[in-house]
Amino acid sequence: MIQVQNLRKEFGSKVAVDGVSFAVEKGEVLGFLGPNGAGKSTTMRMVTGYFRPTAGSISVGGVDMLENPEQAKQSIGYLPENAPLYSDMTVASFLAFTAELRGLSGVAKSKALDRVLELCFLENVRNQSVDTLSKGYRHRTCFAQSIIHDPDVLILDEPTDGLDPNQKHEVRSMIRRMGENKAIIFSTHILEEVEAACSRAIIIDRGKVVADGTPDELKQRGPTAGSVLVGLSKAAGAKAEVEKVKGVSRSEIVKESGDQLVLRAFASNGTKRSDLARELAQLAQSKSWVLEELHQEEGKLDEVFRSITRSEVEAPAAA
Amino acid sequence: MTKRDLHNTLAVFKREFLAYFNSPVLYVIVVIFLLASQGFAFFFGQFLDTNNASLTQPFFFWHPWIYVVLAPAVGMRLWSEEHRLGTIELLMTMPLSPWSAIVGKFLAAAVVWLIGLALTFPIVMTVNFLGEPDSGPIITGYLASYLYALGCLAVTSAASAYTRSQVVCFILSVALCLVFTLIGYPGIIDVAVRAMPSSMEWVVRFISYLSFMDHFFEMSKGILVIRDVVYFLSMIVVALVVTSLGLRAKRA
Repeated sequence: MIQVQNLRKEFGSKVAVDGVSFAVEKGEVLGFLGPNGAGKSTTMRMVTGYFRPTAGSISVGGVDMLENPEQAKQSIGYLPENAPLYSDMTVASFLAFTAELRGLSGVAKSKALDRVLELCFLENVRNQSVDTLSKGYRHRTCFAQSIIHDPDVLILDEPTDGLDPNQKHEVRSMIRRMGENKAIIFSTHILEEVEAACSRAIIIDRGKVVADGTPDELKQRGPTAGSVLVGLSKAAGAKAEVEKVKGVSRSEIVKESGDQLVLRAFASNGTKRSDLARELAQLAQSKSWVLEELHQEEGKLDEVFRSITRSEVEAPAAA
Repeated sequence: MTKRDLHNTLAVFKREFLAYFNSPVLYVIVVIFLLASQGFAFFFGQFLDTNNASLTQPFFFWHPWIYVVLAPAVGMRLWSEEHRLGTIELLMTMPLSPWSAIVGKFLAAAVVWLIGLALTFPIVMTVNFLGEPDSGPIITGYLASYLYALGCLAVTSAASAYTRSQVVCFILSVALCLVFTLIGYPGIIDVAVRAMPSSMEWVVRFISYLSFMDHFFEMSKGILVIRDVVYFLSMIVVALVVTSLGLRAKRA
């Protein structure tokens, strides 16, 4: 549904987005991750046709955004960052206005209006002025605007920003539900959100895509992914013994206090975490160590995020 | 213009028009306009003293000066407000051509002004009650006055496309409208002509020809010249093109 090729955006001499390419198909929810100022919003603004890219191509639903913007925009629903609204309108009149711009009128318009009011839990503020709404309601009103024409493509810039935990959960499950038959891109800072709602994630840093994969694949790239954590007591010389086990490439002591010891054993290539854990349990038994903890690390997304994006910040600035 | 464009223009027009009536600013401006236009006519224009059943000198003469201040006050929210609220991002990612939005918004301000101008009808009734005015100059006077207001509104629309601050937009538009008014003011033209070598007189004449005032005077005297109407309409088109360039630059 969405095809983006070598997208580039310069603001004066500053390069905000530098050669970003990705594709999103129907039924996919793509998470956009990245530190502040990495180019997430700029990329989304180009995909939605708000910014004109310096170079590159964008096609949405098979229509070229640069050559035929009005047609391409028809299949997109967009929730901009900070959920802007016309403060002088009521919720219903604002949504009716956006429905009209989407080409809906008459019965189709009022049906669409009722549908989104129900879907976004806005019925009780229907005739309230946007000015008087709380942040959560404002956000949901703008979200309702993005789905009023039931678009094939949804682009959401930080859809859960500023919401309370319950509302976050609501929005996330809504995204997941709608992701079944739409192509969705959403950006976020919250990594657990990616695991909760995305089928695929892209990490952007300094305008470039630095990682692209399913949340599970990304987690594998973490420094501790695939290791096994062993908590032992009364285990003298355990580190050396553990390193002799088949399939362990190296190990490190995470914590040591008194006769208690927590070790992290890294699997060598091609060794499964579960096999490694079993070997380590057997070792502890044969040495009559007290095994207090055994944990297979899946890797954490925030570790991956930090290791990928921070290493570039710390590296000497290479133009 | 397709049917779809018309539908979109109408939707934007409707929203903007209703927004005007939801804000107290509009009522204040209309009241000030009515007070100023009638007040000038009676106190400075010597509407009653001249003993002349005409609106040209006492009434329409003052309109450009009122518009220089009040038209920017009406038009300043057009695009500045969109920039400030961030709704410009919503509007420009909707499937509508920027022209539908520009024209829709401008028309909303134009119709608002038409209502304001129509509310000056008591003075027309007064002059008809007191004497027997020639209705030709009154009609062309109103047309000239309205076109002048539209010119100022279009200039304000252009200024508002470049800034998110209504205050900046207001000051900038008042300055621009003032320039367009003054460069055609007879006193100023005379001074300029005398200051310049005679070979350069055509430059002054040309610049003054571009002013709103030059064309306003002709029409308000009751001479309906197509040329002047075309002038105002083309100035409006130019200002709206500048608006569209401003919006594009902001999205660059």
